[in-house]
Amino acid sequence: MEESQLERENAMSERIGLRGKAWFQALTGQNEARKGDPASVLTADAMIGDERALFLCVIPNPGGRFPCARDGQVGLEEGYTLAHRVREALNADKDKPKSQKRAIIAIIDVKSQAYGRREETAGLFLAAAASSDAYASARMAGHPVISFVVGHAFSGGFLTHGYQANRILALDDAGVTIHAMHKEAAARITRRSVEDLERLGQQIPPMSYNVHDYAKLGLLHQLLHVESPLEPNQSDVDKAKRAIIAAIVDARKGPPDLGVRRESRAAQKSRKAGIAARALMEHQWKKV
Amino acid sequence: MIEANAIPAFVNRGSFIELNGRERAQALFDRGSWRELVGPFDGVESPWLPMQGVAPQFDDGCIVIKGKISGKPAVAISLEGAFQGGSIGEVSGAKMVAALDLATIDSRDGSPTAAILLLETGGVRLQEANLGLAAIAEVIASILELRQYAPVIIVIAGTVGCFGGMALAAGVSSYIVMTREARLGLNGPEVIEQESGKDEFDASDRALIWSIHGGEQRVGMGLADDLVEDSVDGIGSAVQHFVTAGKPAQHRSEQVGLYRRRIATLDASSQIDPLALREQWKSLNSKGRTR
Repeated sequence: MEESQLERENAMSERIGLRGKAWFQALTGQNEARKGDPASVLTADAMIGDERALFLCVIPNPGGRFPCARDGQVGLEEGYTLAHRVREALNADKDKPKSQKRAIIAIIDVKSQAYGRREETAGLFLAAAASSDAYASARMAGHPVISFVVGHAFSGGFLTHGYQANRILALDDAGVTIHAMHKEAAARITRRSVEDLERLGQQIPPMSYNVHDYAKLGLLHQLLHVESPLEPNQSDVDKAKRAIIAAIVDARKGPPDLGVRRESRAAQKSRKAGIAARALMEHQWKKV
Repeated sequence: MIEANAIPAFVNRGSFIELNGRERAQALFDRGSWRELVGPFDGVESPWLPMQGVAPQFDDGCIVIKGKISGKPAVAISLEGAFQGGSIGEVSGAKMVAALDLATIDSRDGSPTAAILLLETGGVRLQEANLGLAAIAEVIASILELRQYAPVIIVIAGTVGCFGGMALAAGVSSYIVMTREARLGLNGPEVIEQESGKDEFDASDRALIWSIHGGEQRVGMGLADDLVEDSVDGIGSAVQHFVTAGKPAQHRSEQVGLYRRRIATLDASSQIDPLALREQWKSLNSKGRTR
């Protein structure tokens, strides 16, 4: 009885991070963590087009040391391991010209950050910051950093793993959600029903859980439609690779900052207030 | 009539916490050296809150003041904890990012400009959800740019604390100054209780909360740099100290090897005793700094 319940639970948590693992395996041909790393963090150097790139992905780890980080959340080990592996690439390519610094590709299917007491006690905020720092430092040093959202990209999980990328790609699929907080919690905190929240999302794009509305914000480089987002077939993988390669080329051409997220045509429309605030700040700054 | 010397010292000290976000930022600068940018008279406010029946505010809860601290150029960015819990929306986030980027440009051009972030915030403003989260990613990116050239100093005075995505912003900074009344963490107690249950975190247990997130603990274990009394002078001189000190030799969020080893040796089989962990991680010098 107990055993079957455990199996069921394992099967469930498998499903949550299934997309990330499937895409990691499809793109790199590998599916195991490196020696010394927790089983929840998959990283590999693999070819994409005619260059070698570093791929990173966080997956569920039912046997993990930290109970609140077993279902695909980003916790202490995940944050510092991502930071370690990205910094390893950064150091290895330190003396190479920018055109030869390897691309760093984050495959994203993360539920959230870990909501645990152990994590807070040991300073999860710093683990998350260290990973953000590593990705951003790689980007600033000239590595093209590409995020590929294949499932969930939620709040602190996304800030830790993926949101510092030069270019963000996402699958065009109902199973893809990019958001600050999952529906139930957001409804509770803003004192609304889930239905109200969904209705508001249709009128107010930043509140929507639909990836098409997210695309309207101008933060995405590209939405990618594939036939089988859960278990990518060969043509899906080829298509994703072509899109990633194009994003790498585009990132190498542009500045190493996040300006593109403001400059896109969609952002000019949807982030008008923020863009106006920035322009006014620039204008007034010089007068002091 | 009460004699001046009969007023206890704690009344005379000039509490920092009792100041609002704007007064806090003003209090840091050399007298007469500062000016507020994109202030309330410019009326740049959130377009999203009125659509949801929430009253916006003319500064969107983010106050930006540029001036001099100890004679050096500096910009203070202060979040007003009393407006929407200090949460980050599209406009407040854009103001932070713009100010940080302009400080970077000046610093690169030979005029190092420190940034002081006064953070009282729960993180993303859920009414602006994805634009808030995106803004926080950009704040983190812009802090990482600026800290290469000038110190980015976080002040968490209390009493809202610094939580959610903005805790990452604190994590990538050059220095963190806290009072005993301040808290710093990714997830607040209520969020953990809600998501993982009361057994995981009892949000009504105040002793537990302060033992984990409180300023004394964070500085004690080396996750923040300076513990100061709640006074205008105390916080002011800590800020002056770090503005003058310039950037640190190494940033805490770059010390990946050190923290990876620390996490690897933690006993995670049961809850971790905060005091024991503080002892274990205790800093290499008396001020609680590991670097």
